[in-house]
Amino acid sequence: MNFLANLGRVVLALLTEIGGIVIFLKDALLQGLTPTIYLRQILEQMLRIGYNSLPVVGLTAFFTGGALALQIYLGGSRFNAESLVSTIVALGITRELGPVLAGLMVAGRVGASIAAELGTMRVTEQIDALTTLATNPFKYLVGPRLIAGVITLPILVGIADTIGIMGGYIVGTRSLGFNSYAYIKNTADFLELDDVTSGLIKAAVFGFIITLMGCYHGFHSKGGAQGVGRATTNAVVSSAILILAANFALTSLLFSK
Amino acid sequence: MMDEKAHIVLKDVRKAFGPKNVLNGINLAVPKGRSLVVIGGSGTGKSVMIKTILGILPPDSGSITIGGEEVTRLRGKERDELLLRFGMLFQGSALFDSLPVWQNVAFGLIQGRNTPRKEARDVAIEKLRQVGLGPEVGELYPAELSGGMQKRVGLARAIAADPEIIFFDEPTTGLDPIMADVINNLIVDCVKRLGATTISITHDMVSARKIADRIAMIHKGEIVWQGPARAVDTSGNPYVDQFIHGRAEGPIQMEILKA
Repeated sequence: MNFLANLGRVVLALLTEIGGIVIFLKDALLQGLTPTIYLRQILEQMLRIGYNSLPVVGLTAFFTGGALALQIYLGGSRFNAESLVSTIVALGITRELGPVLAGLMVAGRVGASIAAELGTMRVTEQIDALTTLATNPFKYLVGPRLIAGVITLPILVGIADTIGIMGGYIVGTRSLGFNSYAYIKNTADFLELDDVTSGLIKAAVFGFIITLMGCYHGFHSKGGAQGVGRATTNAVVSSAILILAANFALTSLLFSK
Repeated sequence: MMDEKAHIVLKDVRKAFGPKNVLNGINLAVPKGRSLVVIGGSGTGKSVMIKTILGILPPDSGSITIGGEEVTRLRGKERDELLLRFGMLFQGSALFDSLPVWQNVAFGLIQGRNTPRKEARDVAIEKLRQVGLGPEVGELYPAELSGGMQKRVGLARAIAADPEIIFFDEPTTGLDPIMADVINNLIVDCVKRLGATTISITHDMVSARKIADRIAMIHKGEIVWQGPARAVDTSGNPYVDQFIHGRAEGPIQMEILKA
């Protein structure tokens, strides 16, 4: 019985959390994404989410592209398919690794920072203060972050794609002995627009997930420093899981087209 | 007290969080331009009461009227318009860390009322002067200020838009006695200047005596006594007597003593 009671508690807690997220999503869409739009806030968030994440996303993409080239070369050489390195690196990065890794890195960096910032604002009554100053916190805090996330993640992923392919190119031409011209030609010939756009669509969805989870957990944090810490962890973990789940769903959807 | 002249009226306001009843039928009225101080221990429902009036926490039942208008059901734009008439000084000041002081003070003007930034800045500098802070403070960030200065900036923000109603949540908590007196004087001055109706919540009796026209005592989510500030020492109410003399013995039993 004890086991069943515990299981019931976990299921109820999970359903409560899902319900809470759905209600928050409704408020975020109906209140946060309708006029008034705070342009200054959106630009500031774009800078924080996009520009400040460039180094970490760029480095991740570069090393992943390089490692991917090495792995494909190693695997391909078992059945004389080494020449596929450039194509598979390009496809792997644009369709899958670019958006997913950028999404996960940004979830760690930005999702955590949004949850910590809004969580601190919650426990120090700054969100209540916004309300008393006749400013809707959903419009002022949540809306601009969601918009900035959806706009900047695809831009970040576009840059990550380029750097990732470049990482593969450098490893391919410097240590695997590929001809530079042939590598670039192979990449350009076989890469299709759909490969890139499917990755960018994923990125926009991931941007929404990261900012939504950051805002949700920040908004609902309570209990001082420990509560803010918990909100930060929950924001990162839930973003990461949702990104991976959404990635599978989107891949299935885009694949079936 | 429950007459037409009352500016803020609460009737049988109740609020519970899960099984915990925090407000158990609050009845209170504040006449226009007067200062009510609500005293009571920690966790008795003082802050929740203020937040139900502001609409931050919707009450479960009961009526709250401001100037005769029922406000418990106001949402969205109507609620924002109502809030334009309010100012609030928070216990921890609740200044926005990411904005310099002048933008904190001018926030309600710029965001809530669409006042041009230049004009809002001039108002902010003037309000800072009224609370004894120079224009140079306007350029600093809240983290660079002492607790007392943060409180003064919070006060400047609360009065920035010349509100008709101001709430003060523990205005002197955490301050040294001299700074607490400075804040009390500023509150009295600012309120007089604006002619605002105010509700303050505090457990600091020095502060209560200084800023109150009337005092109400809250205990376990109910108003157990209210009357003119000068009558607080002769109320004959055992709760009030225990509270103002700070005695451990009396009808108010701390949870720790029950255990």
